[in-house]
Amino acid sequence: MEVNTLTLTQAIEGLKKRTFSHAELIAACMGRIKTVEPKIKAFITVNQKAADGIPIAVKDNFSTKDIETIAASNILKGYVPPYDATVVRKLKEYGMTILGKTNMDAFAHGSSTETSDFGVTSNPWDLGRLPGGSSGGSAAAVIADECIAAIGSETAGSIRQPASWCGVVGLKPTYGRVSRYGLIAMASSTDSPGPITKTVADARILYEILAGFDPYDATTSHQTITLETIDIKNITIGVPKQYFRSEAQNGVNQQVLDAAKVLEKLGARLVDISLFDPEYAVSVYTILQRAEVSSNLARFDGSRFGQTRDQFNKENKRRIMLGNYTLSAGYYDAYYAKAQKVRTLFINDFHKAFEAVDLIIGPTSPSTALKKGASKDKVMFGELQDILVEPSTIAGLPGINLPCGFIKRLPVGMQLIGPQWSENIILSVAQRYEEETLWHTERPTL
Amino acid sequence: MTYQPIIGLEVHVELSTESGMFCGCSGKHFQAKPNTNTCPICLGLPGALPVPNKKAIEWTMLLGLALDCKINEESRFDRKNYIYPDLPKGYQITQLDQPLCGSGSLEITTQHGKKLIRLRRIHLEEDTGKIQHTQLNGERVALVDFNRSGVPLCEIVTEPDFRSVEEVDVFVKKLQRVVRYLGISGADMEKGSMRIEPSISLSADGKVPNYRVELKNINSFRFVRKALEYEIERQQREEHVQQTRGWSETKNATVAQREKEEAHDYRYFPEPDIPPMRFAQAQIAKLKAQIGELPDEKKERFIKQYGLSDYDAALLTETKERAEFFEEVAKLGIAKTVANIIINRKARTKEDVLGFLQNPSGVSEDELQRVIEQVLSDNPKAVADYKSGKEPALMFLIGQAMRLAKGKSPPEELKKRIIMYLTDHHA
Repeated sequence: MEVNTLTLTQAIEGLKKRTFSHAELIAACMGRIKTVEPKIKAFITVNQKAADGIPIAVKDNFSTKDIETIAASNILKGYVPPYDATVVRKLKEYGMTILGKTNMDAFAHGSSTETSDFGVTSNPWDLGRLPGGSSGGSAAAVIADECIAAIGSETAGSIRQPASWCGVVGLKPTYGRVSRYGLIAMASSTDSPGPITKTVADARILYEILAGFDPYDATTSHQTITLETIDIKNITIGVPKQYFRSEAQNGVNQQVLDAAKVLEKLGARLVDISLFDPEYAVSVYTILQRAEVSSNLARFDGSRFGQTRDQFNKENKRRIMLGNYTLSAGYYDAYYAKAQKVRTLFINDFHKAFEAVDLIIGPTSPSTALKKGASKDKVMFGELQDILVEPSTIAGLPGINLPCGFIKRLPVGMQLIGPQWSENIILSVAQRYEEETLWHTERPTL
Repeated sequence: MTYQPIIGLEVHVELSTESGMFCGCSGKHFQAKPNTNTCPICLGLPGALPVPNKKAIEWTMLLGLALDCKINEESRFDRKNYIYPDLPKGYQITQLDQPLCGSGSLEITTQHGKKLIRLRRIHLEEDTGKIQHTQLNGERVALVDFNRSGVPLCEIVTEPDFRSVEEVDVFVKKLQRVVRYLGISGADMEKGSMRIEPSISLSADGKVPNYRVELKNINSFRFVRKALEYEIERQQREEHVQQTRGWSETKNATVAQREKEEAHDYRYFPEPDIPPMRFAQAQIAKLKAQIGELPDEKKERFIKQYGLSDYDAALLTETKERAEFFEEVAKLGIAKTVANIIINRKARTKEDVLGFLQNPSGVSEDELQRVIEQVLSDNPKAVADYKSGKEPALMFLIGQAMRLAKGKSPPEELKKRIIMYLTDHHA
């Protein structure tokens, strides 16, 4: 067995026992990259200087000192940051080394990696299909065993949706739990860095490393980090009918309901609940995200770093224009201000739901991985793919994607959503499910 | 037709905090080598985030409290979006509708008496970089220095309450004194740590007209006066249009810069990188207790406690340092005498004061003071004569003083003192 196939937990264990060295671990990953990258294209940059650490892949929108960071956009070509993102700094301090920077939708604008200026990443389960996005490179690299684990970022679905389509674990922490410092901003009020891993235990390790207040990010919280394992027998899980949509791909809803039954068998209590229709979250999220994008991308003017503004791609430009429109005088109240009000309604709706249940279960995506080209000429592609994760995103809640089955050799993902700061509950229940089902041990043939 | 000038002010004051508004860089940019004092945050590098400077927030509230402003219990930062090379993020973090301080006021005294100038608000924001137009290898270029980028900037906005250039002049000087007393800024016009942008219109009926001319590029109190005087004259002969004009030192005139039609839509929205702020009343009360004695209070106390004239007290409280020096040495002699020594003899150290108190002529400064005061109060007619222009009365007063001082003080010294007393500040 090649050591690149190890989970993070196993890698840490092996290094501790000196079964293998950091160098061997890195070499194994580099070897795998060399073999499969021509097919997968999960990386924009491979760090040839990776050394003395556990090799981890990092999405290309995290600032990495001395390693080119371009967020998959031509406009940043040549930009080598002089500083590490807090996430990157923490990984290094733990003893990890940056194996490379993974592909993504340019500036995270999309759910397919098809808006990347460096080409689309292939889904390792079917090279003709999309890995999802925007953290598609990270999810593909993990399931293809090109790295031990990866870091992604989610603004609305960008960790959970690609994790779902690639069949890996993706944890989106509570907004404010993991520092955004050094993460190239998409929508500042929902951006959340998080792990994409082979197992729940691995996600927990990375979560522990990354979580916490950061003096460089004013939106991080001092809230105590609870790591306590919770017994699934004390857990009530809500099954919201609005998340099992009729237009979902045949089989997806059933697989997730089957997964819920597994949780019930393990001791959890299931209750039917009703939540706001997620379709309203699409409108709210689209308006807020575009507004923030239009402002966040203003600094890319080519005068201090990168290239000139004509290097923005079509999707980037569309978002900038829509955002500027919704913020402009006379339209602000009708769009931005109203969207903020509806956002508050969603937050209240979840609050109410979590008075009765501990977690909420649903499909992560209405479908399995779509074919390449699916996003072409569909300006709302991302928003519609991410419909089931947008409500929890705009409410700032944590959630996880877990592989819960296959349809025609393509992974199906379920999500567990919890109230703010409930990562330990989510991870505890996810851990039990994983131990019971072993979907996470499946690998594509490459 | 007679017009009345209606003037309002926007005053920017750079806070002299140790670090920047949102980063750890030092704010000391004056005459520093360009771009030597920057970091990913104030350069607006991808991924960098602003973390607000607590001290700058407290100092702004302190200024608000000193100016009788209502302190808002809830406040937040907003983004003002516009593209300019000296603005690295493409937006400025400022405050729109929830500034730290709401309405307040500052009382001024002019030759026409006291007047209350109302303040609309005080908010906190970040400064921009600086553009230098210059030649590089024979090519005309614009270079940007980001040392100033992200320095905390307090903006004080007044109501259009000024009706004369004098009122503006008195106000800005008093405001500068208050800021310096609080120790929150050097408030130096020449160094750009205090910047004044007046808005002026002329009114035929006393009401605020529907246009205003905003004046920029003013870097001294003198230019504030000159620019306003120029505008009052210009607006009487030219059509009244809303515009921005800049003061040109070389032309000794204001020059049109921007018309109303070019007004920006700044697409303000709440800054998502900084959570809204909430302040408890106890927190505000604690700040209020830190204000200390302000110039007006100190002046009143000097008059009462040391028996000084209004004029002397005003001069001694001009700066906090001077007032503190006076109080330190006041006990060395009669307070009034010590005040005279500091004001007229320009004593700057304790040794100076002691030297003057025991002057070589053998007559102590205290004694001299007593002699002159007695001569003046004993001879009201001679004083009145002198004031009405009868020069010989002065000789009489000098003679009386020489007699009283038993010839120990030289006549020139006595003459100088009497003239100072009668014409200068005690007149």
